[in-house]
Amino acid sequence: MKHRYLPMTEADKKEMLATIGVNSIDELFSDIPESVRFKGEYNIKPAATETALMKELTKMAQKNADLKSNTSFLGAGVYDHYMPVIVDHVLSRSEFYTAYTPYQPEISQGELQAIFEFQTMICELTGMDVANSSMYDGGTALAEAAMLSAGQTRRKKVLISSAVHPESKDVVQTYAKGQYIEVIEIPHNDGVTDLEALKEMISDDIAAVIVQYPNFFGRIEPLKELEEIIHAQKSMFVVSSNPLSLGALTSPGKFGADIVAGDAQPFGIPTAFGGPHCGYFAVTNKLLRKVPGRLVGQTVDEEGRRGFVLTLQAREQHIRRDKATSNICSNQALNALAASVAMTALGKKGVKEMALANIQKSNYAKKLFKENGFELAFEGPSFNEFVVKLNKPVKEVNQKLLEKGIIGGFDLGRDFSDLKNHMLVAVTELRTKEEIDTFVKEMGEYHA
Amino acid sequence: MHKDDQALVFELSTPGRIGYSLPEMDVPETDINELIPAGYLREEEAELPEVAELDIMRHYTALSNRNHGVDSGFYPLGSCTMKYNPKINENVARFPGFAHVHPLQDESSVQGAMELMYDLQEHLIEITGMDQVTLQPAAGAHGEWTALMMVRAFHEANGELKRTKVIVPDSAHGTNPASATVAGFETITVKSDDNGLVDLEDLRRVVGEDTAALMLTNPNTLGLFEEHILEMAEIVHSAGGKLYYDGANLNAVMSKARPGDMGFDLVHLNLHKTFTGPHGGGGPGSGPVGVKADLIPFLPKPVLVKKAEKYVFDYDRPQAIGRVKPYYGNFGINVRAYTYIRTMGPDGLKAVTEYAVLNANYMMRRLQDAYDLPFDRHCKHEFVLSGKRQKKLGVRTLDIAKRLLDFGYHPPTTYFPLNVEECIMIEPTETESKETLDAFCDAMLQIAKEAEENPEIVQEAPHNTVIGRLDETLAARKPVLRYQKQ
Repeated sequence: MKHRYLPMTEADKKEMLATIGVNSIDELFSDIPESVRFKGEYNIKPAATETALMKELTKMAQKNADLKSNTSFLGAGVYDHYMPVIVDHVLSRSEFYTAYTPYQPEISQGELQAIFEFQTMICELTGMDVANSSMYDGGTALAEAAMLSAGQTRRKKVLISSAVHPESKDVVQTYAKGQYIEVIEIPHNDGVTDLEALKEMISDDIAAVIVQYPNFFGRIEPLKELEEIIHAQKSMFVVSSNPLSLGALTSPGKFGADIVAGDAQPFGIPTAFGGPHCGYFAVTNKLLRKVPGRLVGQTVDEEGRRGFVLTLQAREQHIRRDKATSNICSNQALNALAASVAMTALGKKGVKEMALANIQKSNYAKKLFKENGFELAFEGPSFNEFVVKLNKPVKEVNQKLLEKGIIGGFDLGRDFSDLKNHMLVAVTELRTKEEIDTFVKEMGEYHA
Repeated sequence: MHKDDQALVFELSTPGRIGYSLPEMDVPETDINELIPAGYLREEEAELPEVAELDIMRHYTALSNRNHGVDSGFYPLGSCTMKYNPKINENVARFPGFAHVHPLQDESSVQGAMELMYDLQEHLIEITGMDQVTLQPAAGAHGEWTALMMVRAFHEANGELKRTKVIVPDSAHGTNPASATVAGFETITVKSDDNGLVDLEDLRRVVGEDTAALMLTNPNTLGLFEEHILEMAEIVHSAGGKLYYDGANLNAVMSKARPGDMGFDLVHLNLHKTFTGPHGGGGPGSGPVGVKADLIPFLPKPVLVKKAEKYVFDYDRPQAIGRVKPYYGNFGINVRAYTYIRTMGPDGLKAVTEYAVLNANYMMRRLQDAYDLPFDRHCKHEFVLSGKRQKKLGVRTLDIAKRLLDFGYHPPTTYFPLNVEECIMIEPTETESKETLDAFCDAMLQIAKEAEENPEIVQEAPHNTVIGRLDETLAARKPVLRYQKQ
């Protein structure tokens, strides 16, 4: 058959078969026993031409309500943010996206250096000593943090705040089962981790305490008090953090976190129906050799030129096999590149300005809701999300809002039985005053 | 600093320059100290670079020029399937209705995205011969672990708590034993025989009441088809274990043999290999898992199903292993894979495998006299050579790989699998032309000749890359993992 991705001609094929010394391609498959041989062709849709497929998939995509043609107040771990347009121009350079893991440093300096820069920027924001080259996403990064903690402390119990993203909690739970680690949930009080409960629950057999900052409800966790309680038991202090918020908030590293993990999606990465995003993983120097995944390090060549290589690989699966610190191989390198470009474009001033805009705009929305008779579930400082009580199921409200071109907030009742009819509202720097005003107006009749 | 050094973006930074255009601050502002508690407002700014837009573009363009991708040149990296990444995939993945939908939107507003996922599942079910597929795992290793967690849940549900061991061949990829460990299993290695296939006698010896599963790639990492697959399946199944297919090498057998028909109970696929999701410099990938009917209850939740012409995420899965990833997987990569499968169709996918195998066999025969060929039989989509003849001349496989850089090629995988001395593992893929294959073979033949006549030129390679061989010992002994302002 002729296909634009398959360059061999009949003449090529003939010549190649002669070199191999067989008469047909079929002979090359003679080692597949008859009994397992698949006969014929797959019963799948026929090949589509470029034009026809573009048309069909354009239509399929248009069946979705996207965040760009609608106004989104949905967050819950994935956000509609400003994406500098240059991000996609850099990502579209196929020297980056058609390469694989930089195993040959001499012809992969571009990727290696970009990741080295990513590691540096993540360290800067989180206030940590070391960051790896990326993980799948925030949820699996947190699971790796739990496993690292258990290995490091030789303890088999982990406490996780109920104000951590519920899907991340689920992922931690799944990984923990694999490692025979027990995960126990710490309740929240007024939307932040309940310190009194934590004091009751913690002891010297707890490997780690995991909190989220800002947490799933948007609240700012008391990291200072948490650190004292956690380190008093020599447990690991693990913080899941939205790195954008750290443009304005004191870094977890400054509060003494041992591991900071999360997702860099707010930096130049589209929501893409949940993935691919970009997990990150940062630790103190003490944990350097326990880090999962790839690390890029600086070195020199014979002539003293600066260069970058994958380093400390003795931690990894391809060397250490069943004794590796993690099974991760492919990571999210291209999305780490996207995040790097976005962080570079925003730079020192922009990341702060953007983080502050999230605080200001969401605070404006919060006030407006209150002025319009809404009750917030939790009072107190927050980043770009807050919880509004409604008089109707959130699903119902969201369906009404969508008719007005608004994608409403997250239905907390899905994961929190005590928060039925509670909507988690996200207001990013992209929302204009007009959009916020319209949203609150459209919500008008739903206050509890 | 050396005169040839490529500046870091931090070294381009100048206070006062910006590279962004944030939306206007159009709401009344409140004093930030009233909004954020004392001690929680960042005092020292994060040291991110301050660079204007053109200089950012030039920086990354310069970096891209120091990087080799499939679009730059031939990339026969064995076991990685570095085939062409079609451009239509990139366009489709960027459609606003795919790129800018939120995973937690009401299901009624994302039926198109769910339809694509569902249809991809259906296609992968047919391609693998399995009964159900989950798209949740983010990459191959993640899929391996997901599948092994299902194996564990299956045995536990049957009260078989003593099945704690996972068997892997000595030629297995490192993620296999690593995934087994993360899933809470102990790894047992089964030997290869003289033909490079799993030693059946050794397999019979290692299976038993404690066997949870055997993990296998077929064709294996040597590029050889495990001819005794049904016998192996019988050995493992009659011991009560499950048979797991590592889909890393599916490009070799599409339309020729399906894992489901070979006796496999679980399979993971690497959509970034066989199905052209780009490798992205190391990721993101996508590692769907397919299972036979008896394992369906254990699939991670949610499971995407179709009910009365509507696509629905089913969370009511009491026996599910849980969630393995937030949301539904690397959707953007799944969009690319779906676009590719629809582009190729059934006859196209069959041709893919046929040309992948033709190309590998052709190269193997062109190189078999100059290098040692440890397994002289038809290979599948890749083959291994041994550089042990060259090693006697003082030229290591590492040197051969570095010399190939001078010819503008990405070298093959080297020193893997571990059971072949001075291993060189070549996977050309089906998207390369005969001219490309010939030119690469000519370079390999020239290097073999150089090893005999002028070994220094190989030992001291590369000669014309932007940087020479790097001091990896220094990198590991004194780790510098981030930039620090001087």
